[in-house]
Amino acid sequence: MDLEREMREVREAFSSGKTKEESWRRSQLQNLLTLMHEKEDHIITALQQDLGKHPVESYRDEVGTLIKSVNYALKGLKKWMSGKKADLPFAAFPSTAYLVPEPLGVVLIISTWNFPFGLSLEPLIGAIAAGNSVVIKPSELAPASSSTLANLINTYLDTKAIKVIEGDASVGQHLLQHKWDKIFFTGNCKVGQLVMTAAAKNLTPVALELGGKCPAVVDSLSSSWDKRIAVDRILSAKFGTCAGQACIAIDYILVDKNFSSTLVELLKEGIERMFGKNPKESKSVAKIINKSHVLRLRSLLDDPMVKASVIHGGSVDEDNLFIEPTILLDPPVNARIMNEEIFGPLLPIITLEKNEDSIEFINSKSRALAIYAFTKNEEFKNKLSSQTSSGSIVFNDAIIQYVADTLPFGGVGGSGFGRYHGKFSFKEFSHKKVIVKRGFLVDFWFRYPPWNDHKLLLFRSAYRFDYLGVLLVILGLKKC
Amino acid sequence: MALGVEGVADDLRAVYAAEKTRSYEWRVSQLKALLKIATHHEKEILEALRSDLNKPEHEGFLHEISGVISACKLTLKELRRWMKPEKVKTSMTTYPSSAEIISEPLGVVLVISTWNYPFLLSVEPVIGAIAAGNAVLLKPSEVSPATSSMLSKLLGQYMDVSAVKVVEGGVLETTALLEQRWDKILYTGNSKVGRVVLAAAAKHLTPVILELGGKCPVMVDSTTNLTVTSRRIISGKWGCNSGQTCVSPDYIITTKEYASKLVDAISSELEKFYGKDPLHSNDLSKIVSSQHFDRVTKLLDDEKVSGKIVIGGQRDETSLKIAPTVILDAPNDSLIMNEEIFGPLLPIITVNKIEDGIGLINSKEKPLASYLFTNDKKLKEIFKRNISSGSMAINETTLQLAISTLPFGGVGESGMGSYHGKFSFDAFSHKKAVLERGFAGDIAARYPPYTSGKLKFLKALLSGDILGIIRALFGW
Repeated sequence: MDLEREMREVREAFSSGKTKEESWRRSQLQNLLTLMHEKEDHIITALQQDLGKHPVESYRDEVGTLIKSVNYALKGLKKWMSGKKADLPFAAFPSTAYLVPEPLGVVLIISTWNFPFGLSLEPLIGAIAAGNSVVIKPSELAPASSSTLANLINTYLDTKAIKVIEGDASVGQHLLQHKWDKIFFTGNCKVGQLVMTAAAKNLTPVALELGGKCPAVVDSLSSSWDKRIAVDRILSAKFGTCAGQACIAIDYILVDKNFSSTLVELLKEGIERMFGKNPKESKSVAKIINKSHVLRLRSLLDDPMVKASVIHGGSVDEDNLFIEPTILLDPPVNARIMNEEIFGPLLPIITLEKNEDSIEFINSKSRALAIYAFTKNEEFKNKLSSQTSSGSIVFNDAIIQYVADTLPFGGVGGSGFGRYHGKFSFKEFSHKKVIVKRGFLVDFWFRYPPWNDHKLLLFRSAYRFDYLGVLLVILGLKKC
Repeated sequence: MALGVEGVADDLRAVYAAEKTRSYEWRVSQLKALLKIATHHEKEILEALRSDLNKPEHEGFLHEISGVISACKLTLKELRRWMKPEKVKTSMTTYPSSAEIISEPLGVVLVISTWNYPFLLSVEPVIGAIAAGNAVLLKPSEVSPATSSMLSKLLGQYMDVSAVKVVEGGVLETTALLEQRWDKILYTGNSKVGRVVLAAAAKHLTPVILELGGKCPVMVDSTTNLTVTSRRIISGKWGCNSGQTCVSPDYIITTKEYASKLVDAISSELEKFYGKDPLHSNDLSKIVSSQHFDRVTKLLDDEKVSGKIVIGGQRDETSLKIAPTVILDAPNDSLIMNEEIFGPLLPIITVNKIEDGIGLINSKEKPLASYLFTNDKKLKEIFKRNISSGSMAINETTLQLAISTLPFGGVGESGMGSYHGKFSFDAFSHKKAVLERGFAGDIAARYPPYTSGKLKFLKALLSGDILGIIRALFGW
């Protein structure tokens, strides 16, 4: 593939003006929808190959969500594209002003391997809706998904304006040398820094969707129904979502010591209920992406004190890239597993004296993409929300904020910046241009020099919105 | 090594962590203090501006002091409303749930200001940072030293100095500050330093707002009202700090036929504004420094350009003044047509058809502002559709900055992010998504063990197909 030619083509496609047309945006989004419906099987097969994801998990997390998002964008497109009239203060009379969204130009989406379709196409929806031409760089660590994505996009979408460029880090670096009008990056902090540093050379604005350690605070729940639901949601948000390899997966649990043994029992029982006695065989827990990550996760368990805290699971099948759902109870808080983003099926539980201690614990770490709390205590919810900061905070569920189109999705601090999903995707890839119109009729003569105190007095009145004062000065009835 | 700058971000972070800056009362007290500075120290502020820029009092009051006063007042009036959470609707996919977006401070903010509107461009971002509940450090420009020291003194006197700090200095101090970890940086200045700021911010993954510049074009067609057009152009150019303004008209495009009429109109209005000897008029700012004076005169002394001066051209090195100057048809490859002028030189480029100007504008980087003077509706549409810039004004120049309900910022080379009014509050806030669910209404289809029945349900749910959901629930 001739990279330079591809880049020229995609820039020409934007300069031609065609991607700005509503009809083009709509047709591309429609085609994306058709792609998802017609080629669902291809996508599911690729995800099975790369990550051993169960078809239902793949549908739930990557196909179904995308269909939902494209429909939402198709529905909202006209409204998002239209300008908004701005309220003007009286002093600006007689003018009118509008805020009109414009595409930024040519955008680069750098995606990652855990949700290779979702994390490429969700941003793509926004980029197309906003009228840009796009290059997607999928992750080479999920090769089946990368090549399926490239084939599908080439088949269904306008290949002059929307391209997939596959390859490894060197291709990525090469792409970063070019001038983009926006870069949307999903991945880890280290590469995020490289991307932003490269973008700085061209003053390219970036959005960084990074990660962090997303905690789940679990309060004592009394009703067995509540306990069951909470446990299901916790397990699903860890082991049931790409085996915990998700930026918004529950990383670790905080629970008060009175409830911890109940919770542990419920979790163990839930694992068996959801994933069977032999999770590897039930194929309902995804694989680890590659050997290097298996070794990374295994090394988190190397510390003898960490190993000693394993109370469920712990077995690692390096050859089959499978780690069974593992629970740890109170590993040392300075161990690596409690200080690095786990990104895998290891679930540490930290017991606290009381629930409120979770706030200090969470704040001792860098701000995460999400904080979860399972509780019915309204006071605690308020305290937790106002005293911690995270991309989002979810009560009594987890991961599900990902499918809420009306909520902005993104991080803060170490978990990144920028927002997408729903209309936030559209905004992220747009420039909001201000247009102010005036007529020639009314012109305040005192705007212009030569300056004198008389004019200054008029300004003082005008800027205080003291129109009577202005009138009096003009009539000569008010003096400096 | 710059003294007093080490660890200042950490100091501010400790104060922020103690939660002082988050309360409504604290924010209001600081905003009121800023308002007091602007209203009680007008004379001192105007004197500093005169000293640094020879800025006429009227410009100083009009552009800078009243800008700060109205920003303070607007923020004080609206802050409670801005701080309220925004409830958002939820859909079937998360039913039943309730959701809202709440605004939180980011933490510790760095504001790097500049020299041309040294009071306004220092204080307005600080207003936004405080309104959003952050601790903030202001680094004013050393190129406007009188204003810098005035800011340091007055803010030191009136503000809560544990959370609102001023650090004066030059490149050394700025570099030392940029090495520290901030939660947001707002930089106003040029694109060269903008790149340095962005690269430094990348090390800590700090989001930034860059308010840069560019060559703001003005297109004038023959259907316009010539007198008012000339006045507004003059006002936006020489009436704004002698053209040393990021949104000043940089150059004009008009038709070959209309050019001489425009030149005559500008010439006659200029005389009304500044008299027969504008070089010595006290209603015009000087060039800020001899370095910039040399930079601007070099643009004029280019042999391709100097022969094309049709108005002005005089300069006085001792007083650092350059008279309002208009150049007709400087060649496209001259320096004056390729760098942001940031001074009192106004090139007029003539084209055959006015629409040809669009191509010329688009051959340059996206500017902070673009302007069009016309009564032709079709031309307005073509201009709006084909020119991208931070903001755009039809039949006006620069006034869009004074409107607090409009965001102010650039695109491409002219910058990223925006502020003013509520946009300042938003710029320095973190918008946290809050989703609340109960334990009722759980959808077992989400969880393993996975079955085809669950898959059918999920398909119906995610596509909003109510009938499909019902069917799936009944196992049909």
